[in-house]
Amino acid sequence: MQKTVNQKAWFLVLPVFLLVAFSAVIPLMTVVNYSVQDTFGNNQFFWVGLEWFSELLHSERLHAALGRQIVFSSIILAIEVPLGVFIALNMPQKGLWASVCLVLMALPLLIPWNVVGTIWQIFGRVDIGLLGHTLAALGIDYNYTQDPLDAWVTVIVMDVWHWTSLVALLAYAGLQSIPQAYYQAAKIDQASRWSVFWFIELPKMQGVLMIAILIRFMDSFMIYTEPFVVTGGGPGNATTFLSIDLVKMALGQFDLGPAAAFSLMYFLTVMLVSWVFYTVMTNLDKKAGL
Amino acid sequence: MAKIRTQKPGWFSGKALVMVLYILFLLIPIYWLINMSLKTNEEIISVFSVWPRHLTFDNYKTILTDASWYMGYVNSMIYVVLNVVISLTVALPAAYAFSRYSFIGDKHLFFWLLSNRMAPPAVFALPFFQLYSSVGLFDTHIAVALAHTLFNVPLAVWILEGFMRGVPKEIDETAYVDGYSFPRFFTRIFMPLIASGIGVAAFFCFMFSWVELLLSRTLTSVAAKPITAVMTRTVSASGMDWGVLAAAGVLTIVPGALVIYFVRNYIAKGFALGRV
Repeated sequence: MQKTVNQKAWFLVLPVFLLVAFSAVIPLMTVVNYSVQDTFGNNQFFWVGLEWFSELLHSERLHAALGRQIVFSSIILAIEVPLGVFIALNMPQKGLWASVCLVLMALPLLIPWNVVGTIWQIFGRVDIGLLGHTLAALGIDYNYTQDPLDAWVTVIVMDVWHWTSLVALLAYAGLQSIPQAYYQAAKIDQASRWSVFWFIELPKMQGVLMIAILIRFMDSFMIYTEPFVVTGGGPGNATTFLSIDLVKMALGQFDLGPAAAFSLMYFLTVMLVSWVFYTVMTNLDKKAGL
Repeated sequence: MAKIRTQKPGWFSGKALVMVLYILFLLIPIYWLINMSLKTNEEIISVFSVWPRHLTFDNYKTILTDASWYMGYVNSMIYVVLNVVISLTVALPAAYAFSRYSFIGDKHLFFWLLSNRMAPPAVFALPFFQLYSSVGLFDTHIAVALAHTLFNVPLAVWILEGFMRGVPKEIDETAYVDGYSFPRFFTRIFMPLIASGIGVAAFFCFMFSWVELLLSRTLTSVAAKPITAVMTRTVSASGMDWGVLAAAGVLTIVPGALVIYFVRNYIAKGFALGRV
């Protein structure tokens, strides 16, 4: 759609601008302020410049947390995106069953995150949880509070349980928008199921899949509550992702300076990656003629 | 319109099997929570059973008769509703501006808004605590509602803009020619046209405000404490009160399930942020 140039439109945007400025810029400035100072308590602050930043850039603790975070985000994207598309392809198209599937699939998305954690914490316990008990009965040595690998598997399965539906629903919405004529043409050409997917469905889903990947990347990179409830970042530091580490540092140890520097680098990383996604996405939008 | 890629005839096709397996995977952990919420603590710890042997509603009774428990739900509902109202009120005009006009800095502003959706809440927990304490809003519902606008307003703008783009501009122009003022046109003609978009945006604001824990826990202590934070107190000296914890968890799922039911026909389009 051709947009009219109209500077007065700023007045319509002003309320959002002021609100977000209040709830984002002021706190962010506080963070910037802390990140360049040190304190010994009593509200006495000393200028330390970029010391915290350089210290953090060489901190093994941060590198380890970042490494875990990247591995985690990669694994869940690699599982959830293909699985979500697969589920969407198998969803009923319309009628009662389609509604039932939609409602049931959306259910995990509306559960408070710490309840999601609680559900899996209980479900995985060997003494009272169905999963833990069943695995123990099968003779598999499973204990997510002791074994790092088990903790990782639990956290990943939990995230797949929690968020795959989001990808599936997005892909489903993309599939629904494909005109019937495409399928008819494919049938006339005697295209195989695979080429229908590869040449029709996948390109048409590209836009929504980018949204799915963007949202899943952002949210998995910021994940805090669910793994914190299930494993508390443990055993040891095995599942201490960036947010968990940051909260430990800021609210637990009250190391304001390093925590603030950490916050800024964290925020910038998320923003940078998201910006790349966003640029690709808007280019796709343009290509689609929106 | 008949779909060509329909299932093979027969009741139990491969597609149905996939869906049944997936939905079982989703529902079994939830079922386990419900199962536990209907048992006594003794039964949970001593016997392993896939359904309650001695059905009891005591856990729910505990929650629904104790003000410190059920006020958690009330508090959560208050700030979630406040948040939805605030987010939509400011996002509607902004989304209209983004969908209809180009102005200085529009693209940068749009990305800046979105960038707040990308801000890890952990980054903002401490500064928020200090900001709202210093303006005397700590432990109020409005503080949590305002804090949650950080990620909900950008999302609402994004969703609404997608829906508004689908409304032809000729409608605006015709209305202005007919002598409608902007506020009147916006509320009488435009908003009804994108009613489903507003519903979807409200759904998402509800969802992300309802499920969030870190900020709402940091910004409250007693008066506005959300249910998600109240739940942590089931850990006591005498061990975990599993039954009550499970019952509280089940009760947090109910509002979400109700909301999903109402917007079920728009869920898919909504998740695509109006962009399909």
